[in-house]
Amino acid sequence: MTETGLHILENPIEPFLRMDRMPHIWCAGCGIGTTVNCFARSLLDCGLPLDKVAIVSGIGCSGRVAGYVNLDSFHTTHGRAIPFATGLKLANPSLNVVVYSGDGDLTAIGGNHLIHAARRNVDIKVICVNNLIYAMTGGQSGPTTPLTATTSTSPYGAYEPSFNLPQLADAAGAVYVARWTTFHVRQLTRSMGEIFRKKGFCFIEVLSPCPTLYERRNKLGEGLDTMRYYKLKSKIHNGISTSETALGMRDEIVVGKFVDRDRQDYRDLLRKQMMSQLGPEYVEAPTCVCD
Amino acid sequence: MKSLQPADPSGVLTGVHFLDGDYACCEGALAAGARFAAGYPITPSTEVVERFASRIPKIGGTFIQMEDELAASITILGAAWGGAKVFTVTSGPGFSLMMEHIGYAFMTETPCVFVDVQRGGPSTGLPTLPAQGDMMQARWGSHGDYEVIALCPNSPQECFDLTIRAFNLAEQFRTPVMFMMDECVGHMTEKVVIPPADQIEIFPRRWTSLPPSEYKPFEPGEDLVPDMAPSGEGYRFHMTGLTHDERGYPAMNPESQDRLIKRLQAKIRNAADQLTMVEEEGTSDADVIVVSYGITSRVAQRAIEMARAKGLRVGKLRLIAAWPFPSAKVRALAAHTKAFVVPELNLGQMVGEVERAAAGVARVVSVPHAGGTVHRPEVILEAIEGAAK
Repeated sequence: MTETGLHILENPIEPFLRMDRMPHIWCAGCGIGTTVNCFARSLLDCGLPLDKVAIVSGIGCSGRVAGYVNLDSFHTTHGRAIPFATGLKLANPSLNVVVYSGDGDLTAIGGNHLIHAARRNVDIKVICVNNLIYAMTGGQSGPTTPLTATTSTSPYGAYEPSFNLPQLADAAGAVYVARWTTFHVRQLTRSMGEIFRKKGFCFIEVLSPCPTLYERRNKLGEGLDTMRYYKLKSKIHNGISTSETALGMRDEIVVGKFVDRDRQDYRDLLRKQMMSQLGPEYVEAPTCVCD
Repeated sequence: MKSLQPADPSGVLTGVHFLDGDYACCEGALAAGARFAAGYPITPSTEVVERFASRIPKIGGTFIQMEDELAASITILGAAWGGAKVFTVTSGPGFSLMMEHIGYAFMTETPCVFVDVQRGGPSTGLPTLPAQGDMMQARWGSHGDYEVIALCPNSPQECFDLTIRAFNLAEQFRTPVMFMMDECVGHMTEKVVIPPADQIEIFPRRWTSLPPSEYKPFEPGEDLVPDMAPSGEGYRFHMTGLTHDERGYPAMNPESQDRLIKRLQAKIRNAADQLTMVEEEGTSDADVIVVSYGITSRVAQRAIEMARAKGLRVGKLRLIAAWPFPSAKVRALAAHTKAFVVPELNLGQMVGEVERAAAGVARVVSVPHAGGTVHRPEVILEAIEGAAK
């Protein structure tokens, strides 16, 4: 109870955040905070011990997520969150390792690491916030920028074809692939919870507005207008082939859980092969090498 | 300060062996407690990780071959934060790709060892032939101001011994250590004696003794080095390659930059006495001192003996640690010698450091070589004779 008689309620996700780092750097209307809210709720709901959850980010607006959540958190170099996470997970398999980063970071400069981690089926969870541009550096085009979109480095419109990220992750071997938008907070929260119960390489793409740099340059209005677009033009197609999930300029958005399958993960495959060749001579790597 | 501990015997191949430098380096890493390596194939260094891949499943640890050197060089850093002692191995072109993460390891104070078995460069250069052309890259290759520790073995035995030292220094100072081999040392096969595990001293990970409520991940101790917290144990720490404060939080201002970068520099510079490692012989009355390192030091040895047979007074200064450069040592020697002769398998890299330390008090003569083979001893002899006049 304050002097004014108002009850100040604590946001239920506050314990999940580093409140001493607030305010955050994200713009009004940006969707990254919405994804963090979903992430927090999914973690609190699924009951994982938070001490055993580690988050790894690359560079960019979404790369700042690691700094705001109250977990063991690693802010790495541009594009390299996935290989850092690979080392962290393999050296300490008791950790649940989440990579939280942006589309430019994960799919352009880090694209090679993305496909190889999916191929290996390393047991890490990748959340890719896709705002269709490089936002931190001022709104340049990237591999996810839709054809014809105006950005600071495509002032006359983008003409390079863009990646269909679910198809990329699917083809490379991810065991779980979903796409949602920041409008789909319940579905996104559920998906984020599902990947913590799934062993292997999981990939969730989240479309998110960047009103400051993408919407403004393309005369698409405010963040709220993009939320309206997400609401009106998204179609949920769970299980649809990822060849059907390409994105275009303000076209229909196919969202849903597209892939949910089981494959032996990296450590299972390693153990199986070593046991077959070395038998009792094989010594499995210790779970944590702490003295 | 943590005290040294005996090595874990599971990684120590005690005995007398006939090994090449690459294999000896791998055995040194295993003896030092390295239980995680990531690599990408590149001549002439691959044998180090080939042996590691063969040995580690019987010891308990991880080798992972990554998609490129960018990945290998940060996968090890993730593993270091996961609790493992880590290293990666490469040669020139891969070393170029790893520069980003040498800087990141320095900034985040991640203990790790980078092994560079040097070959002829630049670019693809001479994949199977020796050079020492990465010495300045090891020192300055990543962007920004930083300090490195770099060791230069000149024999398979030293590849074993100094790899252990490299790991111990990486842990003590929480910093990347460069292990600067060359193709000759890497592929030369000689006797290597591996002592019993209880005679090998290991610097353990600097785990904090503080509880999470009192712990700050980048609050340094008296030696300016902070202790680490284990991941997954409730410390909930943050680390970043951004300029940061003691909490590990980004701190984007000149004051934080000044405080952090100067501390990271000082933690190594202040320990220069401990880190300087040279082999010195016959320098007290020498007219000429030959300064060399790695394989070139063994060719220089022959030239020194030839010069002495001709009656010249020649001393030897071998850089076992190239970085930090032993400036004080060279400055002291400059006061009572005529000249330094500096043969290297490059067109003049460490010679610049010798010149800087000699500061005009003694002459400095470079004996350059573009790489691909070693110097002929006669060429170094000629330089010694010229310098002695």
